[in-house]
Amino acid sequence: MNELPLSFVANGVPHRAFVEPRKTLADCLREDCGLTGTHLGCEHGVCGACTVLVDGVAVRSCLMFAVQVEGAEITTVEGLAAEGELGPVQRAFRDEHGLQCGFCTPGFVVTAHAYLAEHPDPTRDEILEALSGNLCRCTGYQGIVRAVERAAATMRDGIT
Amino acid sequence: MKPAAFEYHAPESIDDVVGLLAEHGDEAKPLAGGQSLVPMLALRLARFEHVVDLNRVPALAGIERADGAVAVGAMTRQAELERSDAAAAVPLLGLAAPLIGHFQIRNRGTVGGSIAHADPAGELPSIALALDAELDVASTSGTRTVAAPELFAGTWETTLAPEELLTRVRFPVWPDRSGFAVEEVARRYGDFALAGVACGVELDADGGVVRAAIALLGLGSMPLRASAAEDAIVGRVPSAEDLTEIGRLAIADVDPPTDIHASGEYRGAVGAHVVARGLEAALARAAA
Repeated sequence: MNELPLSFVANGVPHRAFVEPRKTLADCLREDCGLTGTHLGCEHGVCGACTVLVDGVAVRSCLMFAVQVEGAEITTVEGLAAEGELGPVQRAFRDEHGLQCGFCTPGFVVTAHAYLAEHPDPTRDEILEALSGNLCRCTGYQGIVRAVERAAATMRDGIT
Repeated sequence: MKPAAFEYHAPESIDDVVGLLAEHGDEAKPLAGGQSLVPMLALRLARFEHVVDLNRVPALAGIERADGAVAVGAMTRQAELERSDAAAAVPLLGLAAPLIGHFQIRNRGTVGGSIAHADPAGELPSIALALDAELDVASTSGTRTVAAPELFAGTWETTLAPEELLTRVRFPVWPDRSGFAVEEVARRYGDFALAGVACGVELDADGGVVRAAIALLGLGSMPLRASAAEDAIVGRVPSAEDLTEIGRLAIADVDPPTDIHASGEYRGAVGAHVVARGLEAALARAAA
């Protein structure tokens, strides 16, 4: 096994690991960092469940190798709110029934968080477009779209 | 699925990249944004002994205006095309960018990676073809320039040698009174287009077309230039009926693929329609 040393920061916490180059960032977060909030649906970049922020930018963590984040700062769904609390996007998903089984939810929440940070007042069509890279097999998406609308409104009101 | 094991290289200069490519030949693959390559590795559609990561080579990224062209470094993220002032001189870049995958894909996916990957339904390969972009290619033997029409060889195939690296793409800037459009039909926002077009027109003072560029995507094994349709529109002030006819002409010689998403016949019909719609939008923008 040709493992390489790796160090990066995830949710403000420094992590060190030895990883094979072929190990994806998603697998590294789950297996080496214990951050199992990041889910793997398709493992080839289609479903969006594994979306995380790398240096503040939303990406699919199944399409990056862990060795590529040497020195980077990662934010996963666990890092979006303080321990034991819910952030505004998470609260909106709960309030609007934006989840059922919950498998896709971390990807949607991270995606919505990243999108709303840059687009605080999106139209419904823009929300649909922003969410188009994430798949949900339970909800039919209506609750998810409402959740993002509600999250945008509460964040515009300065509620965090 | 997980990728097969490989040796990982993270060079920091173009010289080091091409050195590694020369050393390992077709056993090595440059890794750009990874939005196409990593799925292919994960699905075991491809495997390489050596992966040469380009993400730590700063010289490969950036957009600048130079000599009547917009020069885009191969590792420039697709998302940059949506917000770059320098890229605005080539409107097709900004028009196409929102149609490339989803925003999380564009945050990572690169301009050079998309063109070198040569997906026949890719937006950026079609734009490179439509505009006769020039591609700067490096190897240990030096650098050379490849004209976009000479690049594409088939589905996911280019004429670049395994030892060569695409470093920069130069998209020509068209004069004022030009207009452009990217039109496509996909089943879902961000999906691969069933059929699409990237096109541009340049008008004279009377509204007549003096230059046209039409590149089809998703309608063959590689992006296709619709030369007969371009010839048919030049010299005219086209009517709506003319555009419908030019749309039909554009797909007259293509043999679109049939797969689970659409029959070849349907793709052709959609192709004719998007060409007409794209030209209509391009003409309106050129006249504005």
